[in-house]
Amino acid sequence: MNATASPPLLIGCAAGFSGDRTDAAGPVVDTLIARLQGGPAEQRAFLIFETLAERTLALAQLRRRDNPDAGYEPLLDAMLRPVLARCLARGIRIVSNFGAANPRAAARHIARMARELGAAAPRIAVVEGDDLSGPAHLALLHEALGAQMDGLRIVSANAYIGAEPIAAALDAGAQIVVCGRVADPSLTVGPAMSHFGWRADDWHRLGRATMAGHLLECGAQVCGGYFADPGYKNVPGLEEVGFPIAEIDADGHCTIGKADNTGGLVSKATVKEQLLYEVHDPSAYLTPDVVADIAEAQVDQLPGTANRVALSGVRGHARPSHYKVNVCHEGGWLAEGEISYAGPRAEARARLAADVLRKRLDGLALRVDLIGALSILGDDAGRMLADTPDTGLRDVRLRVAASHTDRAQAERLTREVMALYTCGPAGGGGVRTALTPRLNTLSCLLPREAVPVRFELLGAEALA
Amino acid sequence: MNTPTDFVEVPLYRAAHGRTGDKGDRSNISVIAWHPELYPLLAEQLTPERVAAQFRHRAPSRVQRFLLPRLHAMNFVLDAVLDGGVNDALNLDAHGKALSFLLLDMPIRVPRPLVPLLAGP
Repeated sequence: MNATASPPLLIGCAAGFSGDRTDAAGPVVDTLIARLQGGPAEQRAFLIFETLAERTLALAQLRRRDNPDAGYEPLLDAMLRPVLARCLARGIRIVSNFGAANPRAAARHIARMARELGAAAPRIAVVEGDDLSGPAHLALLHEALGAQMDGLRIVSANAYIGAEPIAAALDAGAQIVVCGRVADPSLTVGPAMSHFGWRADDWHRLGRATMAGHLLECGAQVCGGYFADPGYKNVPGLEEVGFPIAEIDADGHCTIGKADNTGGLVSKATVKEQLLYEVHDPSAYLTPDVVADIAEAQVDQLPGTANRVALSGVRGHARPSHYKVNVCHEGGWLAEGEISYAGPRAEARARLAADVLRKRLDGLALRVDLIGALSILGDDAGRMLADTPDTGLRDVRLRVAASHTDRAQAERLTREVMALYTCGPAGGGGVRTALTPRLNTLSCLLPREAVPVRFELLGAEALA
Repeated sequence: MNTPTDFVEVPLYRAAHGRTGDKGDRSNISVIAWHPELYPLLAEQLTPERVAAQFRHRAPSRVQRFLLPRLHAMNFVLDAVLDGGVNDALNLDAHGKALSFLLLDMPIRVPRPLVPLLAGP
């Protein structure tokens, strides 16, 4: 197959994280249907949802512990129900990692949803093998991580697996592929591999599709979301920002656009920002499928079109021999407290309150923020705050935070902030405190052979 | 030789835009020139040393710079700059999402003939 013989594959993305807008998919699916109707008979389209981040899976694993039928994307129903019947009717296939810690339960939920919508039972595949929290793999992880793992209470352990099982599931006829921790760009690479019949060592094509997937994986971010900066980066209709659609050709080259009748914009600037987002060495963007290389990448606005940008010059190198594995464990407690001061000398009173807390909370490493003056760019050690003079702020909220493995130690902070009501500087009000259990992560590498990746096309009995 | 009056000093955001990403305790910050002709002066002035100085409060253990001339962009990677990263940081912005704006506030010197290419006021 070559680029001229086959129309580009259309891939729309309708979620960039767990918690993204649930009305995103509608316009994406409308646009895909319009392109399929207006395009050549061989045109195919996919819809992807990317809903996992570093800690999302650990939270999902905790939910699954409480309820064996839970542990998949909590917004699955709200995200998928509005478009599921139309996707099935129009042959738009769906690939997502919204299975999180429980892809089978997610698949059952989707099957139920299809029944309720009166659609024919869809062919659903689950991709598994990423979950390494079972006893057999914990021994292996212990080998890889060594003494770091001693005494830790493990919540989740997942390998970032790649596109091959997704492509295999699609080859087997799956209309919907439900994954857990696959790498974000693999949600795009899998459909492209299957559609164009690429081999798993076709590095340049895989590299290109990986960067197309990278542009899609954060949803609205390539369409002007997370971009607007009034006067410098104006974005029309940000309140109804569109989600992206990539057109990928048989060589993996892509153009990126967005859903019709939506706000936002796709420009060279939005594409460049997303291209470099969370990339370290641009010549070696590591994924389980390929080492993508954007050192010579180029982006061009397509002449005569609005909101269409082409990405070219991407290359690929042989994939890593190991999978990255994230191990999440219980990490003690985060304690936070806030109190406000207003009017004359408010900042001085807030700074005095911080001094009182520092002295009272000896032994706890305290972070201090003055919301309204310096609360984001500062550092835990307080160097920047110490360098920032009292500017006479008249409306300031003091925030303090600390963490400790011992809950009682962390609670000292919340109690001391509360006590400022009567024991602290004048006029403090609006105390809020929170004590939150923390999840921490460790990372390691495991050889691919140690992670048995597989897919299964689920039958009616599994979906009942 | 240029005299000081041949240049104006402006904040970096007038010459470039950018975005921050994170993985663990590591931050990456892109800097993308608003105009191709502004890129060479960014490459000259935004040295890893100057960027490390801009982030001195966060005490990065290493600052790497990757140049992307075809994109008129560069990528900075700052290690150990997130006070532990999303799982460990006490910062309200545990991902360090705002850090590109700390970088974009750096002063740079722009030759007068290039001033019309700058963005914003």
